[in-house]
Amino acid sequence: MIIGGIDIITLISMLMVASTPVLLAATGELVAEKSGVLNLGVEGMMITGAVAGFATAVSTGSPVLGFVGGALAGAAMAMLFAILTQVFLSNQTATGLALTLFGLGLSALIGKPFEGVRPPATGKVPFGPLSDIPVLGRILFSHDWVVYLSLLLVAVTWAFLKFTRAGLILRAVGENHDAAHALGYRVIAVRCAALAFGGALAGLGGAYLSLIRVPQWTEGMTAGAGWIALAIVVFASWRPERALIGAYLFGGITALQLQLQAAGYAIPVHLLSMAPYVLTIVVLVLLSVVHRRGVQAAPAALGRSFHAAS
Amino acid sequence: MIRLVKRPMPSKFWSWTTPLVAVIATMIAGGLLFAILGKNPVEAIRVIFWDPLFGPNADYFRSQLLVKAAPLILIACGLAVGFRAGIWNIGAEGQYIIGAIFGASLALAVYPAESWFLFPAMVVLGAIGGLLWGLIPALLKVVFGTSEILVSLMLVYVAQNLLAYMAFGPLKNPEGYGFPGSRNLQGYPSAFNDELMAGTGVHWGVLAALGAVVAIYVLMQRHIAGFRIRVAGEAPRAARYAGVVPARLIVFCLCLSGALAGMAGLFEVSGPSGQITDSFNVGYGYTAIIVAFLGRLHPVGILLAGLLMALTYIGGDMAQLMLGLPSAAIQVFQGMLLFFLLGFDLLTNYRIRIGGARA
Amino acid sequence: MNRRSFLTSTAATAVVAASGLPARAADPLKVGFIYVGPVGDMGWSYQHDQARLAAQQEYGDRIVTSYIENVPEGPDAERALTQLALQGNQLIFATSFGFMDATVNVAKKFPNVKFEHATGYKQAENLATYDARFYEGRAIQGTIAGRMTKTNKIGYIGSFPIPEVVQGINAVYIHAKKVNPDVEIKVVWAYTWFDPAKEADAAAALIAEGCDFVLQHTDSTAPQAKAQEAGNVFTFGQASDMIAFAPKPRVSSTIDHWDPYYIKRIGEALDGTWKPEATWGGIGTGMVGIGEISDAVPAEVKEEALALKDRIASGEYHPFTGPLKKQDGSEWLAEGATPEDGELAGMNFFVEGVSGELPK
Repeated sequence: MIIGGIDIITLISMLMVASTPVLLAATGELVAEKSGVLNLGVEGMMITGAVAGFATAVSTGSPVLGFVGGALAGAAMAMLFAILTQVFLSNQTATGLALTLFGLGLSALIGKPFEGVRPPATGKVPFGPLSDIPVLGRILFSHDWVVYLSLLLVAVTWAFLKFTRAGLILRAVGENHDAAHALGYRVIAVRCAALAFGGALAGLGGAYLSLIRVPQWTEGMTAGAGWIALAIVVFASWRPERALIGAYLFGGITALQLQLQAAGYAIPVHLLSMAPYVLTIVVLVLLSVVHRRGVQAAPAALGRSFHAAS
Repeated sequence: MIRLVKRPMPSKFWSWTTPLVAVIATMIAGGLLFAILGKNPVEAIRVIFWDPLFGPNADYFRSQLLVKAAPLILIACGLAVGFRAGIWNIGAEGQYIIGAIFGASLALAVYPAESWFLFPAMVVLGAIGGLLWGLIPALLKVVFGTSEILVSLMLVYVAQNLLAYMAFGPLKNPEGYGFPGSRNLQGYPSAFNDELMAGTGVHWGVLAALGAVVAIYVLMQRHIAGFRIRVAGEAPRAARYAGVVPARLIVFCLCLSGALAGMAGLFEVSGPSGQITDSFNVGYGYTAIIVAFLGRLHPVGILLAGLLMALTYIGGDMAQLMLGLPSAAIQVFQGMLLFFLLGFDLLTNYRIRIGGARA
Repeated sequence: MNRRSFLTSTAATAVVAASGLPARAADPLKVGFIYVGPVGDMGWSYQHDQARLAAQQEYGDRIVTSYIENVPEGPDAERALTQLALQGNQLIFATSFGFMDATVNVAKKFPNVKFEHATGYKQAENLATYDARFYEGRAIQGTIAGRMTKTNKIGYIGSFPIPEVVQGINAVYIHAKKVNPDVEIKVVWAYTWFDPAKEADAAAALIAEGCDFVLQHTDSTAPQAKAQEAGNVFTFGQASDMIAFAPKPRVSSTIDHWDPYYIKRIGEALDGTWKPEATWGGIGTGMVGIGEISDAVPAEVKEEALALKDRIASGEYHPFTGPLKKQDGSEWLAEGATPEDGELAGMNFFVEGVSGELPK
């Protein structure tokens, strides 16, 4: 299927892979933000996950263990953030920025012995004849397992937030921590759990970069992916299903502008790269208008510290 | 059982002591890290904290401390006012970029005309650029109730792409052999923000930063507007009775911090940096957020915090040179310093009670 | 006055600190480097640091080297360079284009220190420039790609539209065309030197357009991985050898070899013959290395490529030899003519036959 010189099927299949790291990180951050914590350290957690995942996979020879290691490392970084912001009540914005700085440095130190090494390969999921189906085969049945895991995680997160009691508590904590506390919920414990989940997913996203997408360990290899994940959460107005659209849109714009170039179009690259962010602002404004008198899109307690007064 | 009890007033004693405790804790933890990396920890700490101030060539490094700290302090002063009022501008990086583009564009447009009022006009344009970029989240917040945190952050990405577009397109040096980046303003006398006294590092941006510290101090401590800002931040409901108009406050805070960030960008691009390139902004806008909190949102604190951050950058480079420490170790060290400073701040606002007795 | 006295004392302590060796050598030459990336970037800065280590190896305790990595281009570069000079380094290498104006400024302040700036065009009494003719390596890549391509489409991931990259694209196209008149080149600008995710997307876009050769002017191995995944797509290592992806997709590479240059210039500084020159070395001087051509390349193509390499190295052949026209059809070089280095260094046009517009 070719439109204007662009092979749409390839584009879609490409952007699914391209978007996986940011989709994972954004889904994790979304849960953390839903609980009322703004963690700007996504980039730091991602890169720590990238190096830890890489190191684990190379040392054990197992990519699966590598992903587990990446997720654990991301969660560990998030716990550092949780201790500072939830127990020591430090400012979330500043702590998140510090976490990114720390993560970039730490990952480089850990990664020194792994420079120039190749990780064990992660194959595609063998779908057999399914992958030969025209159109759908290429789009749906031609990826590695982490792509499917990321989609599954989005679905699980969506269901968790929407249908489960635990999800309801998490949202309550994010909307009004004082009221949630008064109802007997353990605000800090809930937030720590949400942060750990966010960190684990960021770490998983980082590991996807170092184990599948590049695949190699290099200092600073996330190159800003964590920041894009933050933008996606906002674009998604804190809904997992929209994060999927957001991730594919942000990944898609990059893929599309490169495809357009390859097809020989002269395009203003920088202005096009700006577009998703402008669109995010527009979406934010529209949401604010829609929710003017109702529920705000952003969790009401986002970014505020909680201290039980009694 | 350990419990935290909020102090009715922040502790004066701890607000001065915790930074010291944090720095000492960082030295211990950082020393451990350096020891693990096989370096002499005492020497490393000395190179980072002592040598730039009192070691050989300290004259030069002290002047560079001012150059490095000035933009951080200038931006952080503006941010602190908003943060006090509960208005969260985290897009100073974008305002910094736009200010630089605005001011530099004027100089590049009239090049090579010389005039004494070119530089002042650039500063004004820089401030206007930053102000306008700050006005966007302000208006969206006032009119639609859109979160200023998120809009200002998104606008950073927009500004970065705009900067790249400018550096490769309209502002590209026509005599640069096809390389990206604008003309160097250091070679354009009327536009060059030079050192005012040779060897001191003091340029107009340093003076502006000091001026901002004084001005914000007066505003916050001695002026009714400062009182209103603090009330708005601490007790939003009471603020209405104190005559605070939220919309006006939002616009004021975002425009003020935007304008200061824009000026910082202009001073930097016309002075130490010299050129508009796609990467001339080196994250000052983000670092300034950290500086604002390290300085406890107080102008004098920000002055000290800005200098401390600058010291770790300059000392960090020294440690790379003298001891062969990788720059990654310096980043980890800076991260630890920030964690300790932010974490220990708890003691300023809370008392730690041990035991179950109710206060 | 007092600058002189403490220089000698800090020099002595720094010897001990930097190398861990006892300070027995009388007065080793101190050589400083600043890198724009981390030395672990496995690309540009890594190659410079490898060369620094090679020079250290060569001269042993006659020199002491130190470096500052991750230096942003701009005011920090000027400070880092001054720091190196104040630290008593007598020869300083600034290894990124963006350090140019900072190096000029610092060189003015330290007339007795020798400076070297990579890939720039501003010289001074104590400031030399050096660069490598990467386009010579591209000519060889073009030959291999032109011979081997089945789809007759060669993809090129450009980093930034600057002369070095434009030279590379033109050199590839000219030499591919020479051996395969039907060949086309497709260029994608990534606007980054290093961003694995974006480079992977760029490679995928080119592969989707039918390119079975993807050449890169960016430093990560992501395009190599993409090519491997796609199957019958070939690549060349960039900056470093990227040998991990041999024999397929990586069939050869252009390697930045700064070692011969650093060894030569440090040697000249040691024996007092250093002069501020503009060096633009290529395969002949060893500054552009051609990585081993793998077995995925048919023997006769390999032979042809190696022959071309020898002719370029000996100076017998210049990759830009007329007749050549510019993209707009205007004359550029007459039959047998070669361009002046100055003109080549500022190359800002495509040659005839390259499709797509060069971004302005």
